[in-house]
Amino acid sequence: MMKQEWHIQDAKPAVEVKRPMIKIRNLKKAFGDNTVLNGFDLDLFEGENLVVMGKSGTGKSVMIKCLVGLIEPDSGSIEVMGKNIVKLNQVELDDLRTDIGFLFQGSALYDSMTVRENLEFPLRRHKKRYAENFDTTELVTKTLNSVGLAHTIDLMPSELSGGMKRRIALARTLILKPKIILYDEPTSGLDPITSKEIVELMRNVQREYKTSALIITHDVDCARVVSERMILLVDGVNYAEGTFAELSKSEDEKIRAFFK
Amino acid sequence: MINLDDIKSFFIEIGELSYFTNRFFKEVFKRPFETKELLNQCYNIGNRSFLLVGITGFIIGLVITLQTRPTLQEFGAEAWMPSMVSISIIREIGPVIIALTVAGRIASGMGAELGSMRVTEQIDAMEVSGTNPFKYLVVTRIVAATLMIPILVIFGDAIALYGSYIIEFIKGDVSFQLYFNKVFKALEFGDIIPATVKTFFFGFAIGLVGCFKGYYCSNGTVGVGKAANSAVVLASMLLFILDFIAVFVTDIFFNI
Repeated sequence: MMKQEWHIQDAKPAVEVKRPMIKIRNLKKAFGDNTVLNGFDLDLFEGENLVVMGKSGTGKSVMIKCLVGLIEPDSGSIEVMGKNIVKLNQVELDDLRTDIGFLFQGSALYDSMTVRENLEFPLRRHKKRYAENFDTTELVTKTLNSVGLAHTIDLMPSELSGGMKRRIALARTLILKPKIILYDEPTSGLDPITSKEIVELMRNVQREYKTSALIITHDVDCARVVSERMILLVDGVNYAEGTFAELSKSEDEKIRAFFK
Repeated sequence: MINLDDIKSFFIEIGELSYFTNRFFKEVFKRPFETKELLNQCYNIGNRSFLLVGITGFIIGLVITLQTRPTLQEFGAEAWMPSMVSISIIREIGPVIIALTVAGRIASGMGAELGSMRVTEQIDAMEVSGTNPFKYLVVTRIVAATLMIPILVIFGDAIALYGSYIIEFIKGDVSFQLYFNKVFKALEFGDIIPATVKTFFFGFAIGLVGCFKGYYCSNGTVGVGKAANSAVVLASMLLFILDFIAVFVTDIFFNI
C-alpha cells in the first residue's frame, strides 16, 4: 500500500530534535503467505516517546521483536544507536540488548524467582555497567523504590497483581540503565486506574532515567498521555504519522477509527 | 491410512531435534559456564528423585525375588538367587525401569517448565536481557540429567538388591554377608561398566527430549500440556531404542 497524504513528512518530536536512537527502513516480514510488515519505516529520536498504534494482527509486536533480534526480518534495515542489528554477531547483539529495555505484554517475570532474584538476574550478567563495588541489594531496592514497590522484594511473581507485575517488569528493565525502552502493550489487561498509574510511571521513568521509548499500544488514553509523536500502522505500513492532536483531528476514516 | 502430513511432520521433528542436539554440543563447551544453575538443576533432578528411585528400586528387588523364587525352588536352585537377581537388575531391569521412572518426572517437568516459560515470553525476556537462554536453561538441564541419572540408577540398583536380600532373608534365612558375597561374585566387569555407561546416554536422552519439547512449545497452555506429554512419550521410546543399541554393542564387545 502507498503511503498516503496523511504521512506527515516534517513531523517533529515535541522534545528538541536529537540523534536517532532507532532507524527502521523498509522493514518487511511475512509468515508463509501472511505478509505482516510490508515496508515499515520508523525513526525514534533521543529522549522522545513514540507511540505506534495499530489494530491487533497488524505487525506491531513483530516489528518490536525484530528490533531486538527476536525475529529476523525478511528484508529492510534496523539501526539501533547506529548499529545495524541484522548484521551483528551474537556477542555484539547481546551487548546492544543491554542498552534496550523491553517491557513484555504479559510482564514475563521469571516465575521461579523472587522479585529480588528477577532484578538481580540481568545484573549478575552485566556487572560492568556499574562501578566495581556497587551494592546489589541497595541497587535493587533503589530501583524497586522508583516503581513504588520496594516492599515486594521477597515476594514471588505469583503473589503480585497484574499492575504490580508490570511495574516489577519495568524495574527489571531499568536496573541495567537502558537508553531505550520498548513497551509492548503496557496497559493491556489492566483496569483503568492501574493503566493510569502505569502510564504515569512511564512518564516518570522518561524524566528520571532520560530514556527514549517506543510504545506499542491500542490504548488511546495511554497514547494521548505518553506520546510525543505517533505512527499509525495499517496493513504493515505507516499509514499516518504526527502528534496525537494532529492525528485525532483527522478527517480520514481509517485514522478516525483509531480514536473512536 | 497413513497421513502424508504426519510423515512430513515426523521428519521435520527429527530434523529439528538434530539441530537442537547440534546446538547443544556447540554451546556446552562455550563460556560462560552456568555453574550455579547447573548445580541447582543437579539438585532438582538428583536429590529430589532419590525417594522416587528408592521406592521403585526397593519394589523391583522385592518383586523379582518373590516371582523368581518358586521357579528356582522347583529345581532346587535357590542358591543361585543372588547371582540371578543381581545380574538381571544391574544389567537391564534397574537401569531401564529407573530411567523410565525418572523420565516420567524429569522429561515432563522440563517440557512443562520450559514450555510455560516459552508461552509467557520468559525465554524471550531472558534473551533480550543479554542472557543466552539456550545455555542457561537447556545446556544446564541436559548436563545435569546426563550426570544425575547414572547416580540415581546406581542408587536404585543398590536399593533393589537390598530389597531382594530382605525377601531372601525372610524366605531363606540368608545372611546379609552371604547374600552380598554371592552378588559380588556373580557380577563381572562386563555387567557393571556397559550398564553404567548406557545410563549416561539415558540421562542425555531424557534431558534432551524434555528441553526440546519445552523450548519449542507453542499454542499457549494447550501447547504446554502437549509438550509435557510428548516429552515423556518420546523420552521413553528413545530409552528403549538406546537400550537396544547398548545391548547390541555390549554383545559385540563383551560377548555376553
